[in-house]
Amino acid sequence: MTLRNDIPITPELVAAHGLKPDEYQRILDLIGREPSFTELGIFSAMWNEHCSYKSSKKWLRTLPTEGPRVIQGPGENAGVVDIGDGDCVVFKMESHNHPSYIEPYQGAATGVGGILRDVFTMGARPIAAMNALRFGEPDHPKTKHLVSGVVAGIGGYGNSFGVPTVGGEVNFDARYNGNCLVNAFAAGLARTDAIFYSKASGVGLPVVYLGAKTGRDGVGGATMASAEFDDRIEEKRPTVQVGDPFTEKCLLEACLELMASGAVIAIQDMGAAGLTCSAVEMGAKGDLGILLDLDKVPVREERMTAYEMMLSESQERMLMVLRPEKEEEAEAIFRKWGLDFAIVGHTTDDLRFRVVHQGDEVANLPIKDLGDQAPEYDRPWIEPKTPAPLAAGDVPRADVAEALLKLVGSPDLCSRRWVWEQYDTLIQGNSLQLPGGDAGVVRVDGHPTKALAFSSDVTPRYCETDPYEGGKQAVAECWRNLTAVGAEPLAATDNLNFGNPERPEIMGQFARAVTGIGDACRALGFPIVSGNVSLYNETNGRGILPTPTIAGVGLIDDWTKTVRIAFAAAGQAILHVGARRDFGGHLGQSLYLREIHGRRDGPPPPVDLVHEKRVGDFVRSLIRSGVATACHDISDGGLAVAVAEMAMASDIGATIPGPAEGDPIPFLFGEDQGRYLVTVGLDPQGEEIAELWRRAEEAGIFAPWIGTTGGDALRFGDDWTIPVSHLKVAHESWFPAYMNS
Amino acid sequence: MKAAVVLLPGLNRDRDMIAALTKISGHRPLTVWETDTTIPDVDLIVIPGGFSYGDYLRCGAIAARMPVMRAVAERAKKGVLVLGVCNGFQILVEAGMLPGALMRNASLKFVCREVKLSVENANTAFTRGYRPGQVIRCPVAHHDGNYFADPETLARLEGEGQVVFRYAEGTNPNGSINDIAGIVDSGGNVLGMMPHPENLIEPAHGGSDGRPLFESVLGVAA
Repeated sequence: MTLRNDIPITPELVAAHGLKPDEYQRILDLIGREPSFTELGIFSAMWNEHCSYKSSKKWLRTLPTEGPRVIQGPGENAGVVDIGDGDCVVFKMESHNHPSYIEPYQGAATGVGGILRDVFTMGARPIAAMNALRFGEPDHPKTKHLVSGVVAGIGGYGNSFGVPTVGGEVNFDARYNGNCLVNAFAAGLARTDAIFYSKASGVGLPVVYLGAKTGRDGVGGATMASAEFDDRIEEKRPTVQVGDPFTEKCLLEACLELMASGAVIAIQDMGAAGLTCSAVEMGAKGDLGILLDLDKVPVREERMTAYEMMLSESQERMLMVLRPEKEEEAEAIFRKWGLDFAIVGHTTDDLRFRVVHQGDEVANLPIKDLGDQAPEYDRPWIEPKTPAPLAAGDVPRADVAEALLKLVGSPDLCSRRWVWEQYDTLIQGNSLQLPGGDAGVVRVDGHPTKALAFSSDVTPRYCETDPYEGGKQAVAECWRNLTAVGAEPLAATDNLNFGNPERPEIMGQFARAVTGIGDACRALGFPIVSGNVSLYNETNGRGILPTPTIAGVGLIDDWTKTVRIAFAAAGQAILHVGARRDFGGHLGQSLYLREIHGRRDGPPPPVDLVHEKRVGDFVRSLIRSGVATACHDISDGGLAVAVAEMAMASDIGATIPGPAEGDPIPFLFGEDQGRYLVTVGLDPQGEEIAELWRRAEEAGIFAPWIGTTGGDALRFGDDWTIPVSHLKVAHESWFPAYMNS
Repeated sequence: MKAAVVLLPGLNRDRDMIAALTKISGHRPLTVWETDTTIPDVDLIVIPGGFSYGDYLRCGAIAARMPVMRAVAERAKKGVLVLGVCNGFQILVEAGMLPGALMRNASLKFVCREVKLSVENANTAFTRGYRPGQVIRCPVAHHDGNYFADPETLARLEGEGQVVFRYAEGTNPNGSINDIAGIVDSGGNVLGMMPHPENLIEPAHGGSDGRPLFESVLGVAA
């Protein structure tokens, strides 16, 4: 089977490549002639939503991307942030939603592979990974199969590659029934004077292909789905690529060795749109042309056409521009690791992207225009409607003990141990805090005291009801989780998962969520340095819950001064830092309403960003000064669930007398933002704690003493006592029982 | 005591192992590569964990047939201490240097968690830093750690004190027969174990129960 390059370009073929008639006209105007079949493929690869960000660019530009520590913001393979002492952290999050739904193991595995490659392409050794996963409702027939395959795929790739998975999220909602989300995050460490970029420089230099061979996998993926001209591709080849973590591990070691040798001028991994995207990017960024000779490309299948080679998404491949005098040394390194090494072209000064195959020039396009001239849309959008607040006094009743047991054992709040025990959380020997706490913490290898904290957050039900507040809340919760282990939040990456942007109400969700993210990032000094947009997450016209995942990185100067969520000892005072003076109780969109009463009404809790920053900075100072002995942010499920999680992590109970006056339900289950539980080993009647409260008062923070640790049960007021052991059974049971049922 | 660490493509706990040996002995160990046919004059050879050659076939099967493993076997015959951890254990079994087999975990899933080990034989070069019967903490991280041996072999292992570590207190994570976590060969100088003592040697790891193993084998006073 061959695909010829002289296939007539019909409107149907153009449409099958995902190009709109006006987009095709733009191509004709740009090149002044009809494109060849291969050229059409190249345009479709460069101009699809995934590569061009044509619907989202306008809004992404509004995000803050700079800061005193930011070395590289969005636009490269990953963001780079200075952590002092000549070290930097390199990180990004990316989605692999559609492939994971089609083939969960390989879809998730290659998602992990792709993000790891983005990180080590920049010269960083990966040190931590996280995954934010959203599945359909547990009872949906596909859900269990997807959970099982995705988790195994993430573990299968990450464990073999050798990166610790230190955090993540797993949630269930019917709106993901036809479209699960797999958002993979990776972070690596590099030296600030040894960061590698994709921008090529120098004319006539060799363009080198490295890594695994090119096959037909991935052709027919994102932009091509047509039966007319080639239904056999769809039948015979999975559109999901197959991951090979062993090759990736060898590629990592070979790339780092090569970079240390001084041979590398520019490097770009082959991800989406493979050879096309990586070659165009390297040339266009460096104001250079690229000439590729496809006869030199290592292939694993016979008679591959130019079209297939240019669009293949085979994994574990890299493209580099090398110093010619180092060619031999470079080749020896790759041979040692058993990897392919081939000079497949060179840089030119004509600003053309030329592709030669079997003596024919199959493509000759203006290289800058392929990227720069991609269409960009200001899509129409409508302001999302936010629900009315709950009526005053609308506080449905429940037995506190029963409600709490049900909540900690519910699908969204139960222990994720079943998931993270399938991930290697310990490899590299630097993991200080494992999944199950507020943030994963990893030691900075080679530094005596420094550590990095990682957290990934978003509350999609908040985003659905108020995208602006939901966007703010995702950023604030991530920032809060990093703060809760004593880290200074440095920067974040965003993975924006939404439905079809051509629908104004979806575009409205997107626009408002990004605006909320931007406002929160600015207020908290938490810039976005990398990210990914995943649109068209829809099935049968119904979009997913808007899910702008925020993954953040924080710096800990001295890891002996971190705290965990587990109560440290009995007899310690529990402070409710950031509490509202009236003890609040925002029940709209709370898990209490949803899980106990089946209600999904009301607006989400608003985030007061000024208050958020003030409280976080105060909590961090308590941790760093050694006053705080344990800390946990209050989020899903409210104060009662936060106390329960601290108790379960330590097997130490607590007594919470309850609000002196008023209703315990909103006090215990309200999801007001910007709050933490902090324990201190201070006498609640003593001078030291009085001084702490004076400082809080000065900072405009209310930090009341609400209870004391100790015993083997949680006691709320006079009416409810729940043994910690009962909570643990409920908390640990749901996931294994569900997966084994 | 001088040590060498075997490096093979796909191993990934080599850095953890090298860090542990360096921190405990004060010296960075030597390294040998898959194609090396000789091994420098050392007292200890370590095969660390990972997924050698991807472990797409039986775990350790390809690694066991690489040139460097012949050199390891020759040294072992001469009494040099050999420690194989996780994939290293699987490789030693595949190379025929230890009896039995390591099958897929009974759960059919990768498992990473802390378990308890009882020190069944504290009279080996690897375990004399522990008390007999001492129960220690140790993490595991593997997909194929389900130890199996035929009844005859098992009886010999048990009878000769070759079972060195056993999962204790109901923490067997993989279905291993007789809760076996680590064994020595009949000469007592080759130890294979699935758990990772190198990941529990300092306060940052949350404990140092793995440390006495390295102190014993490196001849470092605790």
